[in-house]
Amino acid sequence: MKSLILVAVMVAGIAVLSMAMTIGFCVSTLNNPYFVSFTNGAKAEAQLLGINLIVMNANNSNSTQLNQVEDLIQRKVDAIILNPTDSDALVPAVIAANKAGIPVITLDRSVNGGKVDMYIASNNVEYGKLEAQYAVKLLDGKGNVVLLTGIPGASATRDRSKGIMDYLSQYPNIKIVANQTAQFDMATAMSVMESILVAHPDINAVIAENDEMALGAIQAIKAAGRTGITVIGGDGIPQGIQAVKDGTEAVDIAQQPYKMAALGVSAAFFIVNGLSISPTSLSMPLFPVTKDTVNQWIASGD
Amino acid sequence: MASSNGFIRKYGVIFGLLGIIIFFAIESPTYFFTSSNFILISKQSSINILLALGQMFVILTAGIDLSDGAIAGLVGAVAAGVTVATGNLFFGLLAGLGVGIGFGIVNGLIVAFAKVPAFIATLATMSAITGITLIYTQGEPIWNLPSSFDFIGQGSLLDIPFSIIIMALSFVAVWIILERTKYGRHVYAVGGNIKASRAAGVKISSVLISVYAISGLLAAIGGIILASRLGTAEPSAGSGYELDAIAAVVLGGTSLFGGEGWVVGTIIGGYIIAVLNNGMTIMNISAYYQEVVKGLVILLAVMLTSFGKKYWNE
Repeated sequence: MKSLILVAVMVAGIAVLSMAMTIGFCVSTLNNPYFVSFTNGAKAEAQLLGINLIVMNANNSNSTQLNQVEDLIQRKVDAIILNPTDSDALVPAVIAANKAGIPVITLDRSVNGGKVDMYIASNNVEYGKLEAQYAVKLLDGKGNVVLLTGIPGASATRDRSKGIMDYLSQYPNIKIVANQTAQFDMATAMSVMESILVAHPDINAVIAENDEMALGAIQAIKAAGRTGITVIGGDGIPQGIQAVKDGTEAVDIAQQPYKMAALGVSAAFFIVNGLSISPTSLSMPLFPVTKDTVNQWIASGD
Repeated sequence: MASSNGFIRKYGVIFGLLGIIIFFAIESPTYFFTSSNFILISKQSSINILLALGQMFVILTAGIDLSDGAIAGLVGAVAAGVTVATGNLFFGLLAGLGVGIGFGIVNGLIVAFAKVPAFIATLATMSAITGITLIYTQGEPIWNLPSSFDFIGQGSLLDIPFSIIIMALSFVAVWIILERTKYGRHVYAVGGNIKASRAAGVKISSVLISVYAISGLLAAIGGIILASRLGTAEPSAGSGYELDAIAAVVLGGTSLFGGEGWVVGTIIGGYIIAVLNNGMTIMNISAYYQEVVKGLVILLAVMLTSFGKKYWNE
């Protein structure tokens, strides 16, 4: 009975605290299953807490996102959750929110300026390093590797490439025979990989900086009738996890976009209610999904 | 079109393609200059060439279709979605082609009757169609497609990839329509001199609506091949494809002012883009430089064409 009252008080408390709380949620793109899952996590958490969540999609455009943040400031939202399209280009947006006294939480990517109340992301250097580690492990420290990188200049590309290159440089018998961008895109990755397969009859592994590119590479390998090539991807999108299950993708460095965004919303909830949170940055764990761990990952429900 | 400057324009673009092929053949004789790689290049160019053939109809009327990439993306999603939902490939393809033609007709109606400039009209529909794709897919890729669906983009007939066969058939059909029919002459005429064609009794609005419908249809076929090739209909598929299609048409010598063009040139333009992408990837040239090289080659080719025209006229 006591606990029931406690729960009732808590629910009432949350209802009062979140009454008419409006939070702006700026996502960089919705063209990608990773960010769709991310946004769904935020929506679910907001619903749970009774928060009015305004979702804005910037379509990967910095200027669109800046305008959206300005619009949210005009609307006097209680907090802004920002998944920046770019770490530098969104600094003015954060500064504008600071001036208006609106708390800012950044998710998935950092912003290199202004005051951010909370920052939650996966470590992309670690992401690349894990991919490289598995490549080395699966190839026994020796072989020819193809690297498919993301959108040139994007922070995720820079960090993942750094993690991969730094780790692989310790293994002189691992040779990067081709290093090409595939724009984080499946169709591009397929075409690029097809051409790479023409030039290299002796590829042992492909490291792709996300799942979409890994899946494109898998299609290209299948179309060319090649076998014995280990494909490594990341993000943990459903199609990638299925590919691990099917054995076409060897490792998928899964992130937890749903949980990340949900955490972002609860952080915003606390901050708006005047509770200070420490630490002010949080690194979401990465989970390498392999054939051995894939069922465990699916059961965990992310 | 049998204009005096057509000769140099045609040969200019052919020499451009040959020059690029010879360059890559010297740089990478063992990998680039092989029959299997040329089949691969044809396969890779097939989607762009389909979009470009449709785009060409529109550009010949002095219009432009910025929405064909978006249409390709939506059609891929609808064809895949309906195929999965009904379990019937035929319904999926029919729905996809219908959506493509439907949005093409919408473009045509806006241009022909609302008199909105094609650039603005199709820019607006591009945005709307991209949004509709996101609504339809909810941002999630559609996959786990039946193997019958995969055949269109992944299968082969007598060792020739099916996508190349579709491209070749479309090319022949477009060539016959534009070069050998009265309708084709009307398309050229509307772009060449709209007043004279109206005076000659050409139904301008029907021609305009039909060219956008054809562009929608060919974009739809391209979108279905794309989704089938990947075994996945991606919500972002086709974005930016309109630019490569326009580049192929212009490289091929079709005038952006309408009325002048050459179907074979469009194919060659598409091949120039595909050979560049393939050759530079085979040579492992950094992505940063690839973009610059592609831009310069397109610029050079178009400049040569316009220089050739000028030279010939003076």
